[in-house]
Amino acid sequence: MLAFLVQRISQALLVMFVISVIAFAIQDGLGDPLQEMVGMSVSQEEREALREELGLNDSIVVQYLRFAGKAIQGDLGNSYFYGKPTLEVISEHLPATLELVIGASLIIMLLSVPIGVYAAIRPQALMAKFFMGVSTVGISIPVFLTAIVLIQIYSIGITVEWFPVDTGWGQWLNGALSTEGGLPSYGRGDDLTHLFGTWYSGFFSESGLLHLILPCVSLASIMLPLFIRLIRAEMMEVLQSDYIRYARAKGLSAVRINFLHALKNTMLPVITVGGVQVGVMVAYTILTETVFQWPGVGLMFLEAITRSDIPLIVAYLMVVGLIFVVTNTLVDLVYGLVNPTVKLTGKKA
Amino acid sequence: MTTATLSRWNRFRESFLWYSFRRDKVAIVSFLVLILMVLAAVFAPLFAPTDPYDLAQIDIMNSELPPVGMQGADSAFPLGTDAQGRDMLSTILYGTRVSLLIGFGAVVLQAALGILFGLLAGYLGGRVDSILMRIADVQLSFSTLMVAIIVGAVFKASFGNLMFGEIAIYMLIFIIGIAEWPQIARTVRASVLAEKKKEYVDAAKVMGFRTNRIMFRHILPNTLSPIFVIATVQIANAIISEAALSFLGLGMPETQPSLGSLIKSGFDYIQSGSWWITLIPGLVLVVLVLVINLLGDWLRDVMNPRLYKG
Repeated sequence: MLAFLVQRISQALLVMFVISVIAFAIQDGLGDPLQEMVGMSVSQEEREALREELGLNDSIVVQYLRFAGKAIQGDLGNSYFYGKPTLEVISEHLPATLELVIGASLIIMLLSVPIGVYAAIRPQALMAKFFMGVSTVGISIPVFLTAIVLIQIYSIGITVEWFPVDTGWGQWLNGALSTEGGLPSYGRGDDLTHLFGTWYSGFFSESGLLHLILPCVSLASIMLPLFIRLIRAEMMEVLQSDYIRYARAKGLSAVRINFLHALKNTMLPVITVGGVQVGVMVAYTILTETVFQWPGVGLMFLEAITRSDIPLIVAYLMVVGLIFVVTNTLVDLVYGLVNPTVKLTGKKA
Repeated sequence: MTTATLSRWNRFRESFLWYSFRRDKVAIVSFLVLILMVLAAVFAPLFAPTDPYDLAQIDIMNSELPPVGMQGADSAFPLGTDAQGRDMLSTILYGTRVSLLIGFGAVVLQAALGILFGLLAGYLGGRVDSILMRIADVQLSFSTLMVAIIVGAVFKASFGNLMFGEIAIYMLIFIIGIAEWPQIARTVRASVLAEKKKEYVDAAKVMGFRTNRIMFRHILPNTLSPIFVIATVQIANAIISEAALSFLGLGMPETQPSLGSLIKSGFDYIQSGSWWITLIPGLVLVVLVLVINLLGDWLRDVMNPRLYKG
């Protein structure tokens, strides 16, 4: 176990090193800090002196080491646009993204487990086939499109006038297909509760919760089909195994077999995959936040790109890279702990 | 008549591929829809009522007209017009063309990279294998879309808006190709590992062929069917990635729109009630991706290669 731990952590450090090199290369290649700091009127000699003072004439290796040393101390430079430390800007935007992810994860967990288990227990049932069909289509719909459709239906509302208005059934059908709209589709609302530090939460007020609905549902919609399929596939495999047949032969109730014995072994791979999906989730939050103008780190990153705010781009890359590496390593370690059959050291199979 | 004398066409007609295709309604419908869309896109200049790239044909007075069947529609614009007065049908045909071009180009690039790295990793093994597969693992753990967004962002920041817009098609092919090669490399590597234990590879080695020749002339042809399957699905993924990048403003400019940038530019007008500018290209995108995915599923079932294992 110790060897496994050392191997994983050194690998994580290596990946983090590569990310920092890439981030440094971007910072070094894209921006000339001098141009950002001084105007046109500054003479060539003064520029040279400033260059020397800032250490821009040092070798690349020295400059990288300085960058990495500062990064470890939590100093990733100042954002050009916000005019304050980049990490401070990120920590102001991070809670919004985290709440989006938490809300979406809740929806995914509450829906995928029952639907996946149901589809595995009754694969031939009409409802199960319906769910699987919907999830196949769902995988083909990009997250921003789901979001736009949701905005059209629940925020703007649709009026259907396809059926004759002068008949009772026509009016009823028109009414049934039309929607009111009215759900907020922009930002987080202004009724946020201060929790601690930079964390202002939307979970404790009606307006905050209403603003969370559409973004969370959109973000959940893209991951949900994947989890339903995964849970169904794993569960079906578990249901074939000997110990389930033994439990059936023993006469245990179906509920007990399905939910106590089978579900437990289904969830292990699901949790692992779920952990790895954090990476995918971050990419999708950028899209979701763009659609809903959600003031999280994804939107901040995109705005930093349009403003050529290089330090903020670099800081975002480092922070997101760190989140990835930490979650992936944790998932690996937890999996190694829970599942004893996993090859702990890098032995050849 | 023996099989050897059959023409290529007859051999195809008696193959299992054709047999299972004829029996699968979903595959037939998907294939027809896809062919229709590809033809319409390729011959867009012939079918499209107007040329959306030609500013002389656009009249701002025609902007935001609804599709036929709604109040205020103009029969000259069957799917309505966008905010600049461009005919939606024409922009969608041209947009599908751009999307398909990028999707196809990106898959060609990632297949080239994936096949090269997959063959090297699988056949040479050892250090080459562990380095290449580690890179692939890390890239996959970041998710292909995230890698594409980051590479796109860096390119856009370094080239500037105008320059990026001009060479956007090549940029997107490059970005998506770079972001998604690990998928194909893994599949190739898995099949190479299985193939290289076989006798014909030993025979080739004994005959003194060079490593390059064995890899590309002997092993590669036997790994083509899984590559084919995964490349189909990857086209759909590349089209979605392109749409996502364009939607974020990291892709095609509005003057030369793809389906993704059409959705993006239409989204600005959805609050004013012009849903068709964004939702019709969206529907086309979903149908395109869906039929490719369904065909990919069918191909996988028929060819049944061991995907992602090894």
